Amino acid sequence: MAQYSLTILHLFPDLLNLYGDKGNIASLKKRLIWRGLDAKVNLHTNRETPPDFENTDILFLGGGSDKEQALVLDILSNYRDSLLDYVEKGGVLLAFCGGFPMLGTTIETPDGTINGLGILDIHTTLTKKRMIGDVILSSSLCQSPICGFENHPGATWIGDYKPLGTVLTGNGNDGTQTHEGLLYKNVFASYLHGPLFPKNPELCDVILARALKHKYPDFSELSPLDNSLEESANHYIVQNFMPK
Amino acid sequence: MRKLLAVWAAKLASVAGLLVGKKSSSTPGAIALKICPDLIRILSKELTKGVICTCGTNGKTTTNNLLNSALKQCGYTTVCNDLGANMLSGVAAAFAKSCNLFGKLRGDWAVLEIDEAFARKVFAHLTPNYMVVTNLFRDQLDRYGEIDTTMALLREAIAMHPNLTLILNGDDPLSSQFGEGRRAYYYGISEQVLPQSDNMEEGRFCAKCGKEQHYHFTHYNQLGDYYCPHCGNKRPQIDFSATDVDLSGSMKFTVNHQVPIHVNYRGFYNIYNILAVYSALQVMGITNQDFNAILSDYKPQIGRMELIDLGKPFILNLAKNPAGFNQAIQTVMLDKRRKDVIVAINATANDGKDLSWLWDANFDQLADENLNRLYVSGVRRHDLALRFRYADIPVERICDSVEEALKLCLTTDAEVCYVLVNYSVLFSTQSTMLELQKNLPAGGEA
Repeated sequence: MAQYSLTILHLFPDLLNLYGDKGNIASLKKRLIWRGLDAKVNLHTNRETPPDFENTDILFLGGGSDKEQALVLDILSNYRDSLLDYVEKGGVLLAFCGGFPMLGTTIETPDGTINGLGILDIHTTLTKKRMIGDVILSSSLCQSPICGFENHPGATWIGDYKPLGTVLTGNGNDGTQTHEGLLYKNVFASYLHGPLFPKNPELCDVILARALKHKYPDFSELSPLDNSLEESANHYIVQNFMPK
Repeated sequence: MRKLLAVWAAKLASVAGLLVGKKSSSTPGAIALKICPDLIRILSKELTKGVICTCGTNGKTTTNNLLNSALKQCGYTTVCNDLGANMLSGVAAAFAKSCNLFGKLRGDWAVLEIDEAFARKVFAHLTPNYMVVTNLFRDQLDRYGEIDTTMALLREAIAMHPNLTLILNGDDPLSSQFGEGRRAYYYGISEQVLPQSDNMEEGRFCAKCGKEQHYHFTHYNQLGDYYCPHCGNKRPQIDFSATDVDLSGSMKFTVNHQVPIHVNYRGFYNIYNILAVYSALQVMGITNQDFNAILSDYKPQIGRMELIDLGKPFILNLAKNPAGFNQAIQTVMLDKRRKDVIVAINATANDGKDLSWLWDANFDQLADENLNRLYVSGVRRHDLALRFRYADIPVERICDSVEEALKLCLTTDAEVCYVLVNYSVLFSTQSTMLELQKNLPAGGEA
């Protein structure tokens, strides 16, 4: 039994499974194990029982198709208060792709306005044209640029919250090509979907360190790993998609 | 007159394309449609029999071309976009190509592969008599969007022609839906063949009531004998049913307990392609043929489990999406010889620029005791290398070119080498393999 151990809870991977979220889960898990720490991944798929926020160190909410996302939002709204409590107490929540707008107050669609979970004071408007393509950000969290791929119909307005990064390539949260994602306490939200961590190991490690510190106040820092392969994949995107 | 001009223009463009070495099979069609927007409508009316088209995520080209080959062997003249140009311009090009210099169409049947997203547009230009839907899987989400969008487009296309007869994969809860309240025939594989695994990304939930449906057995992804315990929706009555499937050597199965099929094809999914063609011919009333002879005469398009002998067997396979790769990986794993595997991936507009699906495909399953060495290549080789790193599968080398990987595999002691590629890697890889074959030292095993 390692000294430190994290439990990752993947919310509804049976419904939200569109864009390779498994890549992020694999990164979180392997990067703990490679360092000799313990990692446990739990899948929450039961729609009738509440997710076990209490025993979770990293909560993961990913992306799916519109129909499935609406269903997940519907289910999670039953557990909204305990999720808010988890977030306010500093629990780590990763909300990527479709999970990002769900955290807000409202999502305006052509057929009317849907209420979000209201965890964050942000709102989303569905646009006619989906925002699709490679994305590069500069972020205070990492030295290397963050590289990912976006595919979202929603423009999300984050007000005064701090974004995850500044857009170098891509549409950003709201199509204004200025900023992307959101940081609040230990919430990390972004439209960069699926396998974000494999190409951005620094970001993954920042999140792991936050979760470890939150759970173990005596935790100091993660030991270094060889990231050369991760960096070459990251460099490829930077070299090919960074504006000249 | 415009029609004649358009046909000439298309023919000229096609010859010009050949001269400059371009293989595009849709440009001539685009030109022809500019000159005569009604070209497809006019020419399709000159067909003596009718139109059969094939849609679906995977298996379109094989199903369509096999059907075309069957009809030709039965003595029919066909119009066919057999090079896979499956949008409106490709269809126009196929029609123009089948005209003589006086603009007169020679054709009994038009046998057309049609892109799901373009079916609506093509169906505005012609009246299809029959339509095969092979399956629906998620595919290039950056281009097509969600599968629900693709289904809505197809549903709209089908609704345009009330007399259209459908031939549907009855094992696919998504494709089967199109048959509701229409004239439809279903084909399916009616016994468990493969180990059961859970890879259901689409179609996990009942099309009728939205609750989770169950299976008596599954084949792959959402294909199988499904039923919904909540509302009673279930796999339809199968009209053309495969049983007694034997994949241990060459491929064997029986249709409706009567017609034995025995072919030298690889890959479980080819049962569906063959069944689709068999069903279509039966439904079209073309039954007086030796079906096995048709199958053995068919020459697959490049990269469909294509065997190229480089002193030992190298097998080249194209896959474009997670379902395609999962099927390729499964076929590799059924081969118990000691093997090398090369995986090469690009991300051009034709491939789809979003590679997130690499993490949804079952690359984890490539590792077993028979895997000798694994190489990755293609412009996104580093993404592939990461995919395998996080699955704990050692990659022997990240190769700058597929040629380098192929040459390395020539020297290993593996008995067979599988080369799994996506679309824009395919053609150059095949050329390289044929070049290597030419340069094999004399006396090499043939």
